[in-house]
Amino acid sequence: MISEMSEKALTNRRIFKSCFLSLLLWITGCTSQETLLSPTLEVADDQLISHLTLPIVSGKHFQSKDTQSLQADDFANPGMLWVDKGLQLWETPPSTLSPSCAKCHSNNLQFKTVATRYPVYSSSKKRVINLEQRINQCREQQQMQPTWAYESQELLSITAYIANLSRGMPFSVTVNTQSLPFLLQGQDYYYTRRGQLNLACFHCHENYVGTQLRGDKLSQGHGNGYPAYRLEWQTLGSLHRRLRACDIGVRAEAYSLGSTEYVNLELYLAWRAQNLTIETPAVRR
Amino acid sequence: MIKTVRIAIPREAKKGEVIEIKTLVSHPMESGFRPGPTGKIVPRNIIKFFICQYLDQEVFKLEYFPAIAANPFLRFHIQALKSGTVKFIWIDQHQQQHTESRYLTVNDQ
Repeated sequence: MISEMSEKALTNRRIFKSCFLSLLLWITGCTSQETLLSPTLEVADDQLISHLTLPIVSGKHFQSKDTQSLQADDFANPGMLWVDKGLQLWETPPSTLSPSCAKCHSNNLQFKTVATRYPVYSSSKKRVINLEQRINQCREQQQMQPTWAYESQELLSITAYIANLSRGMPFSVTVNTQSLPFLLQGQDYYYTRRGQLNLACFHCHENYVGTQLRGDKLSQGHGNGYPAYRLEWQTLGSLHRRLRACDIGVRAEAYSLGSTEYVNLELYLAWRAQNLTIETPAVRR
Repeated sequence: MIKTVRIAIPREAKKGEVIEIKTLVSHPMESGFRPGPTGKIVPRNIIKFFICQYLDQEVFKLEYFPAIAANPFLRFHIQALKSGTVKFIWIDQHQQQHTESRYLTVNDQ
């Protein structure tokens, strides 16, 4: 059941958004675009909203004590098996002619925070791409190798390794003129009802945070632990696999792994979880 | 089937000291009771035995059954007697072995 208040808030949001858009169009007509939207400025931030009234907390706080301690133990955390494998892949050249990841990216301090910046706008693809897709792009263009399938062990491992380097760093996705349309699409996905159960993401992850959904506590739905080890899966899985599980849960037709819809949503989730630190590989129920 | 192994064992120990050993291996530990994506039962695929040898003697042995979760984790203790190799052997249901060894230095005191 959805409270009337939130429905009202949603309608207000839509009215506000359309008003804002027309205002923005009017202003851009009056002034030059450069003065209004400088590249570093967090452009038109007002269009972006999150109705989450609670303080932002990671999904681990909704897990049992046992699961939390399993995640905290760097040896026993089963996700670390993938991080180890990722390190091997990182250091090993895929063939005698191709460089290893480490060869180009060695001593690159920027790499310590790379996962915090994704998904990011790619000028070659003309859309936002996530870390997995960026890795595959490098593999195709720099290593001259066939790309890895989205949920393959190799891609999961190397993503987990790179995301693990950024553990403890807060999300910092870039909001600029290029990424904003995709961010707004992701936001629309978040606030749009779908599936036979006719639920949007926010119905559970904003309105019913902390309450029980079958055997699980509803989290705020942040993606800061992914790729994460889910006890239900008995393996490490990507954020998109988790998003598919939610879509299937509300009996909606789920999008494919790596689809534009999910990457946009991933970007919105990262924006929504500002200042929340990455904890890959997380352990979830 | 075992691809990644994590072993935590101290490099040095005092004579007579009881040391903690932890292992974590990647393995699906498929129980043989679960239906797969096509609806057919996925065949059983588990690790059957784990053996730890210290100074060429068996000091710890364990038999696994289908109810163990994937990527099994273990924690056990041995007593450090003298410097030597600690060997870890996993044997799966197809008799395939995976062996790892670590050297333990024991200081006489």
